[in-house]
Amino acid sequence: MSLIVKEAGKAISRADERAPISSLAKANLRKIFPDHWSFMLGEIALYSFIILLLTGVYLTIWFKPSMIEVPYHGSYAPLDGIPMSEAYASALNISFDVRGGLLIRQIHHWAALFFMAAMIVHMFRIFFTGAFRKPRELNWVIGGSMIMIGLLEGFAGYSLPDDLLSGVGVRIVAGIIESIPVVGTYLMFFIFGGQFPGSDFIPRLYTFHVLLVPGILLALVGLHLVLIFYHKHTQYPGPGRTNTNVVGYPLFPVYTAKAGGFFFVVFGVTVLIASIVTINPIWAYGPYVPDQVTAGSQPDWYIGFLDGMLRAIPPGWETVIWGHTISWNIFVPGLVMPGVLFTLLLGYPFIEAWVTGDTREHHLLDRPRNAPTRTALGVMAITFYGILVLNGANDIIAQMTSIPFNYITWFTRVGIVVFPPLAFVATRRFCLGLQRRDRDLLLHGRESGQVLRLPHGEFIEIHTPISDTEKAVILSKVDVPVIEAPPATDENGVVTPGLKGRRRRAKWSRFYFGDNVAKPSAAEIEAAAHHAHEEHDHEVEELTEGGKDIPARLTD
Amino acid sequence: MTSTSVRRHRATGLVVLLAALVATGVGYAAVTDSAQAAPPQASETQVQQGRQLFLEGCATCHGLAAQGTDSGPGLIGVGAASVDFQVTTGRMPLSAPAVQAPRKTPQYTPEQVTALAAYVASLGAGPAIPSDSDLSTTDANLAEGGELFRTNCAQCHNFAGKGGALSDGKYAPTLMNATPREMVEAMLTGPQNMPNFPNATLPLEKKQAIVKYITDNLQNAAAPGGLALGSYGPVTEGVFIWTAGIGALLLAAVWIGAKVR
Ligand code: HEC
Ligand code: HEC
Ligand code: HEM
Repeated sequence: MSLIVKEAGKAISRADERAPISSLAKANLRKIFPDHWSFMLGEIALYSFIILLLTGVYLTIWFKPSMIEVPYHGSYAPLDGIPMSEAYASALNISFDVRGGLLIRQIHHWAALFFMAAMIVHMFRIFFTGAFRKPRELNWVIGGSMIMIGLLEGFAGYSLPDDLLSGVGVRIVAGIIESIPVVGTYLMFFIFGGQFPGSDFIPRLYTFHVLLVPGILLALVGLHLVLIFYHKHTQYPGPGRTNTNVVGYPLFPVYTAKAGGFFFVVFGVTVLIASIVTINPIWAYGPYVPDQVTAGSQPDWYIGFLDGMLRAIPPGWETVIWGHTISWNIFVPGLVMPGVLFTLLLGYPFIEAWVTGDTREHHLLDRPRNAPTRTALGVMAITFYGILVLNGANDIIAQMTSIPFNYITWFTRVGIVVFPPLAFVATRRFCLGLQRRDRDLLLHGRESGQVLRLPHGEFIEIHTPISDTEKAVILSKVDVPVIEAPPATDENGVVTPGLKGRRRRAKWSRFYFGDNVAKPSAAEIEAAAHHAHEEHDHEVEELTEGGKDIPARLTD
Repeated sequence: MTSTSVRRHRATGLVVLLAALVATGVGYAAVTDSAQAAPPQASETQVQQGRQLFLEGCATCHGLAAQGTDSGPGLIGVGAASVDFQVTTGRMPLSAPAVQAPRKTPQYTPEQVTALAAYVASLGAGPAIPSDSDLSTTDANLAEGGELFRTNCAQCHNFAGKGGALSDGKYAPTLMNATPREMVEAMLTGPQNMPNFPNATLPLEKKQAIVKYITDNLQNAAAPGGLALGSYGPVTEGVFIWTAGIGALLLAAVWIGAKVR
């Protein structure tokens, strides 16, 4: 026995001499990670992705990506004898005749919804805390790309079973491709291998869904994680936390235990949901037949905002050039708008860096209130997105609320320009209010609700000083200086180079930081502390003068 | 109050609720059974009785001779099936002008409905009330019914018969409450925004297949996947993941995040 152990030990050390894994592992396993529940949002996405890979492989064993028409004779009687594509028949087969197949399908699909939702919630955390700032811009771009690619991947998966609901979705996408000016029709024919629906699309989509996109995603996920490791994790402000340290726990064993545990929580919740709640009941939708459609045809929620955009654009926005019709009403909401939205999303760190002119590295997170314009832009974007998602479900909302869906569409058309700016203004004000409150807290402490009368008759309220943790958090605020526009000419009358651009930047800088409430200076804090001290002395005086029953403390 | 008495109290409420539900169910079953009974053959006295009922309850909108007015269409030639459908589903008499006459509790007894139908049928030929044998689905093919349903009905009534919104506040109602007779009558007469499917284009056997699909597969839907979330499609699934799903995981994250402090 001991011999085996000894030999094994030798073998390991021999291997280690060639590939120094243990020292590498030692250094990395002890790496310190800061701790906060919101740092686990990305993990939800990661674990859902792993669940997708595992269940996806199981599905590939039985799924037949073929559009050849076959009559169905499986065990789901209501479709017995109905002609359908092999793809749909095999998805039914997975649902009803493969052991655990339906459960795996439902886990796969619920995990896909989790994957997308978790990525988006994770992105909110990154955005509102400014974690995308230098040096993490690239990781933001990778993250945003994963959302975009995840969207395509989800759509592809949703379309594979070739049921009535997904077929309608594919038809819409075919229409969007056709709407591209000049090349649209050719491109559509190229992708579908001829007329819609043809017989090539599902096999092609299958390669895309199980090979190409998961491969790309896996590479991006890997890169994302490596970069997190390399940059080290950001941390929230607090006592002892600076831009140059990391306060937390070592990766091993604390984080590995936590993360491992959390994987099983995510897995457990997904399986639980998948075993009690139906998702995508393809058998109830029936096979895709181009002349059929069901009321309430919807995409999965993550495509909903695109559908909402399509539904909001008034029909008939078209131009005819040399006998060719360009359908702006499809091309713009279907491709141009998502293109613009994703460009803004991926480019945001660079836009903000340009405005601030900030080239420093940031490892300490912002509190959302301390970046009011950014926070307000984020809430504005969420409002915009939310309205589109709602409009994507306008018929279902109409059915549930009895509000005619034409009204909902009009509400969207107006609301999409009215509500996001309102949300912007409200959020910004709210943030500035919180900043002002922070300043007061720091200078005067917290109002205790106790009023004190001084010997000469003056009333003052007693303020209790805030804790050191609170102080450190509030003091973490970095006042970003507003960039001033340079004078048009210098003292020698020479025109300032790049005047226009610099003026524009000054304007944006004012827009971002002009209204910020300045953090109190050390001198101000000192002065305030002194004042508070006096206040405190009064209290003590009064108490000793008045004897045991605190007569000077008034409550009425 | 102690905690046990609170619990007992709640349980009492539950029992009462259950009893009430059972009572409603039994009562409802009795009502629908009588509605499904075959209408007796129309006689002259029935027509007379129907005319009387019509003058009292319908003529204000449909005109004294059912010729139609500004507040209601003419009924000459709509047939007994149309009257039977409109009155047994409670749509007629219309109580208030609305975008669409809603289904509500019927206001007439089955005999009175037969009389009204006999009267309107006597004014001009139209689809008759389907007989019991017309409604038999024993020979009908379920899968064919499903195919016909998806081709002809799902675009308005949704794949699971849960209904759907039409433009300007109009809607295709859920099919969960309709009886086989009402289904066939609806297809024969095409109420309001529903197209009609005369026997010439959709033969009776095909109608029976559709009825079988609705009654056997939609009204009594098996749920192999678990809770169906109303069978409204991906919207309710999305709502579920963003509330219960993400909610549960956020709670777990906060809990674990707080653990190692
Ligand atoms: C308040 C006015 C009003 C009253 C009362 C009323 N109806 Fe109607 N009825 C309408 C209107 C409006 C329509 C057309 C729109 C619709 O179908 O909802 C209609 C439609 C109908 C139709 C369908 C016609 C077709 O084209 O198939 C029938 C049948 C009918 N009514 C029968 C009756 C009978 C029987 C009564 C009495 C028990 C009655 N209605 C009472 C207003 C009324
Ligand atoms: C164009 C949309 C449309 C199509 C297609 C359609 N219906 Fe309807 N259906 C309606 C509307 C609208 C109503 C409500 C009519 C009313 O209130 O008078 C309705 C009502 C009904 C009702 C009465 C429901 C109740 O509970 O009172 C039944 C049953 C019905 N439809 C069955 C069918 C069947 C079966 C088909 C397919 C053969 C079908 N419908 C196709 C729109 C449609
Ligand atoms: C980010 C990754 C992924 C996402 C978002 C995703 C999403 C989806 C969705 C929404 C479906 C429809 C499921 C249904 O309701 O039937 C689906 C089906 C499918 N997926 Fe994925 N998937 C992912 C990764 C994978 C991987 C890695 C594989 C295989 C290696 C895979 C294999 C399949 C197969 C075979 C089907 C069709 C089977 C069926 O529908 O029954 N998926 N996918």
